[in-house]
Amino acid sequence: MSFTAFSALVRRDLRLFFMDRRAVIMSFVAPILIASFFGYVFGGASADQPASRIAVAAIDQDRSAISKHVLAALGADKALEVKSADLEAARAAVRGGKTTVAVVIPAGFGDGAAKSLFRGGDKPEMQLLYDPSHNAELAMVRGILTQHVMEAVSSEAFSGGTGGTGGAGPGLSMSFSMPYTVREEAVTARQGVKYNSMAHSFAGMSVQFILFMGIDAGVMVLLLRRSGVWSRMRAAPISRFTIIGSRAASSAIVAMMILCVVFGFARVVFGVRIEGSFAGFAGVCIAFAIMTAAFGLLVAVLGKTPEAARGIAILATLLLVMLGGSWVPTFLFPQWLQSASFAVPTRWAVDGLDATIWRGASFTAALGPIAAMLGFAVLFGAIALWRFRWDGPA
Amino acid sequence: MLEVRGLHKRYGDLVAVQEVSFTVRPGEAVGLLGPNGAGKTTTVSMIAGLVTPDAGEVRIEGGVVRGETDPLKRKMGLVPQDLALHDLLSARDNLALFGALYGMRGAELRRAMDAALDLVGLADRAKDRVSAFSGGMKRRLNMAGALLHDPAILLLDEPTVGVDPQSRNAIFDNLEELKRRGKTLVYTTHYMEEAERLCDRIVIVDQGKVIANDSLEAVRRLVPGVNVIEIEIENPGQGAEWYGGLRALDGVDSAEWQGSLLRVTMRDLTETSPGVLEWLRAHGYRCVHLASQRADLETVFLTLTGRSVRNL
Repeated sequence: MSFTAFSALVRRDLRLFFMDRRAVIMSFVAPILIASFFGYVFGGASADQPASRIAVAAIDQDRSAISKHVLAALGADKALEVKSADLEAARAAVRGGKTTVAVVIPAGFGDGAAKSLFRGGDKPEMQLLYDPSHNAELAMVRGILTQHVMEAVSSEAFSGGTGGTGGAGPGLSMSFSMPYTVREEAVTARQGVKYNSMAHSFAGMSVQFILFMGIDAGVMVLLLRRSGVWSRMRAAPISRFTIIGSRAASSAIVAMMILCVVFGFARVVFGVRIEGSFAGFAGVCIAFAIMTAAFGLLVAVLGKTPEAARGIAILATLLLVMLGGSWVPTFLFPQWLQSASFAVPTRWAVDGLDATIWRGASFTAALGPIAAMLGFAVLFGAIALWRFRWDGPA
Repeated sequence: MLEVRGLHKRYGDLVAVQEVSFTVRPGEAVGLLGPNGAGKTTTVSMIAGLVTPDAGEVRIEGGVVRGETDPLKRKMGLVPQDLALHDLLSARDNLALFGALYGMRGAELRRAMDAALDLVGLADRAKDRVSAFSGGMKRRLNMAGALLHDPAILLLDEPTVGVDPQSRNAIFDNLEELKRRGKTLVYTTHYMEEAERLCDRIVIVDQGKVIANDSLEAVRRLVPGVNVIEIEIENPGQGAEWYGGLRALDGVDSAEWQGSLLRVTMRDLTETSPGVLEWLRAHGYRCVHLASQRADLETVFLTLTGRSVRNL
C-alpha cells in the first residue's frame, strides 16, 4: 500500500467533508439535538426544572371527611395537577386527552372504608377513569391514591371520627386490610370499545413518513429547476399557480394515498377502527395532506440546492415529529414543552388523528386540529410563494 | 415575426445583457453567437419568458409579450440547453406532458406526438423509457418536445451540446427540415460552423452586447481578409520575407508563410488573386497547388473581439 496515496486520499475526503457545511451541520448538530431532546424528556435537564404533572380530575360524590382528606392530599401532591369536576365533564376530559385520570369517590366511601379497614367485608369501590394511552401514569396515580387513602382512612379511624376502633371492641384482635377496591375503566370512544395501541403508533408514523414525502416533493421542485423541464414549463403560457399549485396538489394526493394505505393496513391487520367522526378523520387527513404539500414548497425555497434542502429539511422534520409526539407521547414532555409543542403542526396532526381514530372525537372536536393545520399550510404556502425564485435561465 | 428591443438584465453587479436588440423575419434562421457567458442564454430566457428583463420588450407579430399566460407565448417553442425530459417516463409520455402544457389533448395531441417523433426519428422508440436513450436520442426528443404545439418560432439554446457528430448531423437534418417547412429559428451556439451551416443571419453577442447583426455574408465581410488563398510553392524563396512584396499589391490584406504553404488573404478574390499569381510567376516561384477558402465566423469573432471563441 502506498502511504502517500493513502494519506492524500484521506486528506481529500476530510477536506471535501468539511467543505460541505450542511453535511457537517447534519452530522454534528442532528445527533446532539436529538440526544439532548431525549435526554431532557426522559431524564430532566436539571433538578430545578418542574416535572410534568399528571392531570387528574377529582369527582367527590361522598363529601365525607375522608374523601375531603384524600382530595386535599392529592391536590398537594407535586406529581399531580388535580381539578374538581363532575362525572360527565371528567369523562369527556379523559376521552379528549385533556385529563389523564379521573378519580371518582362514590357516596358512602368514607364510612365504608373506615369500617372495612378493620373488619373487611363489603368494601367501597373507587372508580378510576383513565386515558388508555397513558398506562404508565395510571399506575403512578394508583400508587399515590393508595397512599393518600390509607393515610386518610387510618387517620379518621384512629381518631374515632367514624367509630372504626369502637367497633372492634376490647379484647378483640385487630387485622387490617385494604379498605376499598378500585374499578378501572379505560375511557375510549364508547363503552365497550377497547383501546388499540396501534392507533397512536400508526398516527405517529404516518405523520413522520408523509413529512418525509413532503421533503422529497420539495427537493423534486429543486431538481426540476435544474433540468430543462422547469424552463419548458415556464416557457408555456401557464401561470405560476398552475406550476406550483399542481406540485402542491400532487403532494397532497400522495399524502392522502399514504394515509389511506397505512390506515387501511392498520384496519385490516390490527383492527384499528375510526371510532370517532369519519368526516372528522377525513378532514384531519386532508388538512394534514395540504399542510404537507405547503411544507414541501417551503423546503423548495429553503435550500438553494436539492442536497442542501434535503439536509436541512430532514433535520427540521425530525424536530417536528419529535415535538409532535410521533416518537414519544407529548405527555412525557416537561410542561413548558407540552405547551410549546402546540406551535408545531405535527402535534395537531397526531392529536387530530388520535382524537378521531380512537378517542371517538366528533367532527366539531376535529375542527381545531383541522383549522390549525390549514393555518400552518397558509403560513408555509405564503412564505414559499414570497421566497420562490421564479426567474431562471433556459 | 420576432422583435427584441433593448433587452437589459443585471444580476447584482454583473450586467448579463445590455440593450440587446434584433429582429427575426418569418422563416429566417438567426444564429445568436458568442462565447460561454456572453449573454446568449439570458437573452433567449428573456425572449421565452423565463427571466424578467430589467428593461426592454419582446414582440411577436407586433404584439408585446406580457405576462406568463400571454397567448403569444404559444407561437414560440423552447428547446432548452438542459434536457427537458423525465427519464423514468417513456418518450411518448414525456411528449404528452409537454403537449398538455399548451392545452393539447386527445386526437390532436396524438397526431402532434406522432409527427414530432417521426421528424426526429424516434417513432419506433416511442414507448421506451428515456433513461434507455443515448445522449443523441435524448437531444432529439428534447427538440421534439418543443414542436408539439406547432410553434412558428423555435428558440434553440445550444441544442447540440455534448452530442456525438452523428447525432449532431441528425439534429441538423431535423433543423433544416423545419427551416424548409417555414419555421423561424433562433439558434444559440458557440460552435461557429453550426451557425454557418444553418443560419441566414448572425447576431454576435459578447459581454452582453450585440457586436454584429447582419447576414452571414455581410458578417464575413466585416473582416478585412474575407477570402484566403493557400498556395503550395515548389521553390520557395530564401530569407524570412521572400514573399513580403505580395503585401504591397492592391487588395492583399496579409501574406504569411505557414510551413509549406503561402497564405494570402484578400477582400476580393476575382480582382486580387490574378495579381498574386502574376507576382509569383514574375519572381520565378512555381505554384504546384492552389486552394481558396472563405474566412470563417471564428475569424470574424477573433477580428471583432480580439479573442477566440474557443478560448473563452
